Amino acid sequence: MADPRVANGTTLTLSPPGDPLAEGLSSEVLFVEAIRQALFEEMERDERVLVLGEDVGAYGGAFKATEGLLERFGESRVVDTPLSEEAIVGAAIGASMRGLRPVAEMQFIDFVSRAFDLLTNYAAKSRYRTGIGVPMVVRGPSGAGVHGGPFHSQSPEMYFVKTPGLKVVVPATAYDAKGLLKAAIRDEDPVLFLEHKFLYRRVKDRIPDGDYTVPLGKAALRRPGKDLTVVTYGAMLWTALEAAERLAAEGIEAEVLDLRTLLPLDETAVLESVARTSKCVVLHEDTRTAGIGAEIAALISEKAFEFLDGPILRVTAPDTPVPYAPTLEEAFLPDVAALLAAARKLADY
Amino acid sequence: MQTHLSVSQLEEIYGAMALNRLLEERLVNLYRQGKVMGGLYRSLGQEATSVGSAYALAPGDLLVPLIRNLGSVLVRGATPRQVLSQYMARASSPSRGKDCNLHFSLPELGLYSPIAMLGTVIPVMAGMLMAERLKGNATVGLTYIGDGGTSVGAFHEGLNFAAVQRLPLVLVVEFNGWAYSTPYSRQCAAGTLADKAIGYGIPGEVVDGNDVFAVYEATRAAVERARAGGGPTLLECKTYRMKGHAEHDAQHYVDPEELAAWRDRDPLARLEHYLDASGTVPAARRAELHRQMSEALDDDIAWVEAQPMPDPSELTNDVYAVPCGTAEIASAEAPATRSAARLAEAPATRPAARLADGGI
Repeated sequence: MADPRVANGTTLTLSPPGDPLAEGLSSEVLFVEAIRQALFEEMERDERVLVLGEDVGAYGGAFKATEGLLERFGESRVVDTPLSEEAIVGAAIGASMRGLRPVAEMQFIDFVSRAFDLLTNYAAKSRYRTGIGVPMVVRGPSGAGVHGGPFHSQSPEMYFVKTPGLKVVVPATAYDAKGLLKAAIRDEDPVLFLEHKFLYRRVKDRIPDGDYTVPLGKAALRRPGKDLTVVTYGAMLWTALEAAERLAAEGIEAEVLDLRTLLPLDETAVLESVARTSKCVVLHEDTRTAGIGAEIAALISEKAFEFLDGPILRVTAPDTPVPYAPTLEEAFLPDVAALLAAARKLADY
Repeated sequence: MQTHLSVSQLEEIYGAMALNRLLEERLVNLYRQGKVMGGLYRSLGQEATSVGSAYALAPGDLLVPLIRNLGSVLVRGATPRQVLSQYMARASSPSRGKDCNLHFSLPELGLYSPIAMLGTVIPVMAGMLMAERLKGNATVGLTYIGDGGTSVGAFHEGLNFAAVQRLPLVLVVEFNGWAYSTPYSRQCAAGTLADKAIGYGIPGEVVDGNDVFAVYEATRAAVERARAGGGPTLLECKTYRMKGHAEHDAQHYVDPEELAAWRDRDPLARLEHYLDASGTVPAARRAELHRQMSEALDDDIAWVEAQPMPDPSELTNDVYAVPCGTAEIASAEAPATRSAARLAEAPATRPAARLADGGI
């Protein structure tokens, strides 16, 4: 499959010129290794941190994100569970309520539907109802592009963005994957952490050897530009950056904003960018209706309407399940061409 | 009925069961006066199951009640003022008016709130016990499920996980015959719910849920086994829901003869009969305890009625540890000026041109 986001056999890195983070960076790691390092280092740093899920121990996780943890930390802190998402998330909630910092793995994030009740009703509302916070992370691979079919390819973020009390985090780079996961584990509230499986072994970054975190709730400006803003997150960041490169050749300077956290949303970053460019297109792999694009369009309409020079556009997956056949999946995924078309349309205003 | 409990223990058990009933009678009056804001879910006839099981725990153990386990939370040390404040939605309630009835936590008493989605407390309790074991504590957890609640998936997932992990969990199935209006015959085809324990590889036992001593002894044995590393136990306490699902429900679907038969097995009357027959806590002493509780409840209700409801500003508190603010645009350029300038530029032409092109 010729995925538009990445040329075959290459890995993508993000090192914009003048990036202050470039100082002191040493090792180059894949996205999935960044996740593994975050888990390993947090378990070393804080004995309250434990990992539980299906096949996370001896097998090291379906995507090897927990490899080596069992050997280092033992089975009381790396818990192989039954095939039982409600038990995994429920047990994580209980462990958190008694002072631990659990990280629950969903083998594919699609299966978090089995634990919807525990997350949205128990974890999300606990602090509000009882004053007892539930610091915990539920993490797992999301997204399409690897021919996983309807039940191993979903982007379920908006079911949870609608739930006050949760936080929803979606890293796009290896640097952020590690820094955001560490921040999520240290956060005082329950975090749903979506790792786009297409990125696991396709993006890498040079990251610091030492400890660092990336704050939740803060978007990252990935590329400055004066003509329009592309708001995106997750794997679609790479589509946006490729499109921006091509637009630049046409004389259209697109600003690319990576949300990184969907809940709470970094409203300031979105509004300030739109104030600079006066135009906005939201790009997401999630389906169209009531995706984060709708929320961002409403936000801009309410708070930055006077700055707008054109309609707020959305480039998204269609309102369908994620199909299996490569031809269908490719048609499902938003691509560079669709974003270019939207950007050119906006440029006409 | 028989027991080796001391007189002071018998007084505690009697006191808890009597207070359970007395407090609930007061709540009925308050409900009828419109002072209980939401529903009132009675535990009449089920007091022995709540009190007998909770009484078997040690200090430091954990308990999550269900909505009818008023007796359990009283045994753990929750006060009538806290319970009344919950039902009457006062700022003084442990949930600060955020949630109703027995949906409150008092972690210092090892008491944690259930949620309305039945069965979810079972995996959550399993996680709490896993944490305590990891910390090196021999803490035991007790929670409840109804005969209806055993049909939900979380019951299975939670109990299975606890069994695999050999966690010190005591799960009391409070079999009261009804899930709202649905009888057991339409709930489950198993001969007894205790039979389900076989499928999880754990001990299961049917207990007379209206015999407070039987409930206490069965729970105590399960607690001891759990604390010694023997894993979970499923106790099916057979009792009966003497009222409707909630106060609004006249339970017309219940056979009056069946109800009458269970009225004859009233757990408080059975306890009082034992206390009379054994001479341990005589009627005169019980009357004195009853009078003290009743007077205290008068004070409690007056106190709670004097408490305010939560201030509307409480609405947005405690959604997150640190509030997630919203943003306003902060730009040097005044939007209104800009808008006027744009209007002067040729406002209608651009949309009109787009429409002429066939729209966007």
